[in-house]
Amino acid sequence: MKKSDPDLLLFHAPLLRQGMTTPKVMRDVLIALAPATAASMWFFGLSAILILGACIGGAVAAEWLFADRQARSDSLRDASGILTGLLLGLTLPPGLPLWMAFLGGFVGIALGKVIWGGLGHNLFNPALLGRAFLLATFPIAMTTWVPAVTEGGFLQIYPGNLALPFMQAQIDAMSSATPLGMLKFESEVTPLTDLMLGNVSGSLGETSGLLLLLGGVYLWLRRDLDWRIPVSILLTVVVFSAVLGLFDAARFPTPLFSVFSGGLLLGAIYMATDPVTSPVTPKGTWIFGIGTGVLVMLIRVFGGLPEGVMYAILLMNAATPLIDRYTQPRVFGRGGDTK
Amino acid sequence: MKKNESYEEFIKGVWRDNPVFAQVLGMCPMLAVTNSAINAVAMGMATLFVLVGSSFLVSSFRNWIPKQVRISCFIIIIATFVTIADYTLLALVPKVHKELGAFIPLIVANCLILGRQEAFASRYPTRLAVMDAIGMAVGFLVALLSLGIVREILGDGALFGVKLFSENFEPWVIMILPPGGFLTLGVILLFFNWFKFKKDEFLEDVAEAERSGS
Amino acid sequence: MTTDTIKQAAPPSSLRLVLTLAIAGLISGIAIIGIYESTLPTITANKARELREAVFKVLPGVSQMQALVYRDGELITVEKPDKDEPVIYGGYDEAHEFVGYAMPAAGPGFQDTIAILYGYKPGEKQVVGMEVLESRETPGLGDKIYKDAVWVGGFSALSVEPEIVAVKKGTKSKPNEIDAITGATISSKAVVRIINEAHTAWTGKLPPAGSEPPLRETETASTEAGQ
Repeated sequence: MKKSDPDLLLFHAPLLRQGMTTPKVMRDVLIALAPATAASMWFFGLSAILILGACIGGAVAAEWLFADRQARSDSLRDASGILTGLLLGLTLPPGLPLWMAFLGGFVGIALGKVIWGGLGHNLFNPALLGRAFLLATFPIAMTTWVPAVTEGGFLQIYPGNLALPFMQAQIDAMSSATPLGMLKFESEVTPLTDLMLGNVSGSLGETSGLLLLLGGVYLWLRRDLDWRIPVSILLTVVVFSAVLGLFDAARFPTPLFSVFSGGLLLGAIYMATDPVTSPVTPKGTWIFGIGTGVLVMLIRVFGGLPEGVMYAILLMNAATPLIDRYTQPRVFGRGGDTK
Repeated sequence: MKKNESYEEFIKGVWRDNPVFAQVLGMCPMLAVTNSAINAVAMGMATLFVLVGSSFLVSSFRNWIPKQVRISCFIIIIATFVTIADYTLLALVPKVHKELGAFIPLIVANCLILGRQEAFASRYPTRLAVMDAIGMAVGFLVALLSLGIVREILGDGALFGVKLFSENFEPWVIMILPPGGFLTLGVILLFFNWFKFKKDEFLEDVAEAERSGS
Repeated sequence: MTTDTIKQAAPPSSLRLVLTLAIAGLISGIAIIGIYESTLPTITANKARELREAVFKVLPGVSQMQALVYRDGELITVEKPDKDEPVIYGGYDEAHEFVGYAMPAAGPGFQDTIAILYGYKPGEKQVVGMEVLESRETPGLGDKIYKDAVWVGGFSALSVEPEIVAVKKGTKSKPNEIDAITGATISSKAVVRIINEAHTAWTGKLPPAGSEPPLRETETASTEAGQ
């Protein structure tokens, strides 16, 4: 059962050489996330840095611990673990205890990537899997939102961050609801300008819609991103909420509110587009995007939770192999009927 | 060598052929009722009672039961023991019975039990059949308990209902929910197989060293 | 190793097959009847005790109870309620004076049906106690509806007029309001809704305060109620 040098080398797609290597794409995504990351530090101070650091630390630790000895340096060098940690961190509430953030990064990589056989073989987005695990494990800590830093400035740390491992965060009275939570449970609408600029409570990276869009445009210009996925998700959400608005404009969110609230932009631009867990055929990407958009709106409007981006993307991740299978283009020169 | 034979039948169920870790049988109670150690023990003891009782009867009557109706006979015997276990638990420990709920009647559908009757008890003498049943049931109990302990400690910060940590312990809610069962079982199976893999590798190395040495 | 596999050269007659199964079934039936008969008294006693404890818990100061049903326009005492007939329990103190009703109620929670028992004093129009009998609410969140002492204690003097309202924690200001559990809003609201619904359903059937059915003067009344 010993590993020997294989005579036959096996690769998975993409097989064409395009000068588009994994480390390059990963680096581009990190650059694209930089403005939003900086914004999270601006809004949440030192806490943002600590949470992001803990997530990345957890992710890299899992990568290092479980990866094959030969593959270890490779998987660390392509920065995919760091990216997973960063993406996960951006979806977490700023007051989360650091040990939970570390655990989330660790589980995300261990259960979301390593166990499937490493990068390129995973069915689910590792960052979202880590978040789903955290949400199911620590539902209260994961839904306790603190408002952005107002006094104390940059050096302020939320007391919850420093809870000892396995211990609870002291839930402070400062907690406040997210815009989606306020709409769902208290029927309060947050002004759109606050949503766009990020002056609302929420997870680290979801607050500032405009900066996330900026990063998306950069990725699109660098051709690192399949534009169909974010466009189809956002269009579906806009159309869905516009149609709902026709029935009862007061009860349902407006299209722009839907787009800029919660983690939709973060999810649509950076997570749904993960090339490993989204379909490869153009038709498939449209189906994937529309499905995600519909699920997001169904969960938000009719479900028990205020936010549904994470579950929507994970569910569509699961459907990806099936979508790919049914949208394979016909081989040139073959008839439609013959198999 | 009679004694060793019984011991052999006993120990194989506990470790080498462990019904859960090696054969992956009886998953339904395994995942459903291991959210606390006490539930795991209750389920394990109920299964032990049913398995040993059925194996004893099946093995004793193995020459009278025609093979055309053997499965029906096994099921009748198993179902009788399950009903007895169900009512006894309800009378003696109603709280535990409430927690285990439908999973006690479902012991009848545990493939481990029918599997042992078909594969072992109906072919071997009573003494060996009982030893085999005890071994398998203890193996099952060990597996249930190891899951139950992990899940109760992480999910509730307690063991057998006794709090282990200070008030501030943050419970891992997922561990008492069904996904926690899958996760814990997966991790335990991972280690079991990893251990087996390492052991095989070690034995192979030893064999190779001997071959090259001679 | 000895392998006494089942030796059967010729297929056995159908009669033998049928007989084997019949005998097995007969023995099994006898065993099951035996265990049922021998455990039934304990099981019944357990259930009755559980119910008594729950009733005494939701109605402080009660030491006697009897089952009451609504038949032909009035609330009457019954020896044994019919199956599926809605039953409530009247609680009486040491002097056999009426204290209040213990009302079983059930309704959908976050996960599955929640069954509760609540104590109601018609004189004061107040809920005086609440006990969750059955629930599958999420551990760690929804299960606080019976684990959170502050929440359960909130039902000790809760006015039902016009109806109970669950409000955000710390904002209770009226006698008919109760602080919902943080993080388990849906389960808290479900319990409140169940009580409100049961109250509306029964409110027309209860006799005016002061003219409740008196405690039936038999020693068995309290134990029979468990049936």
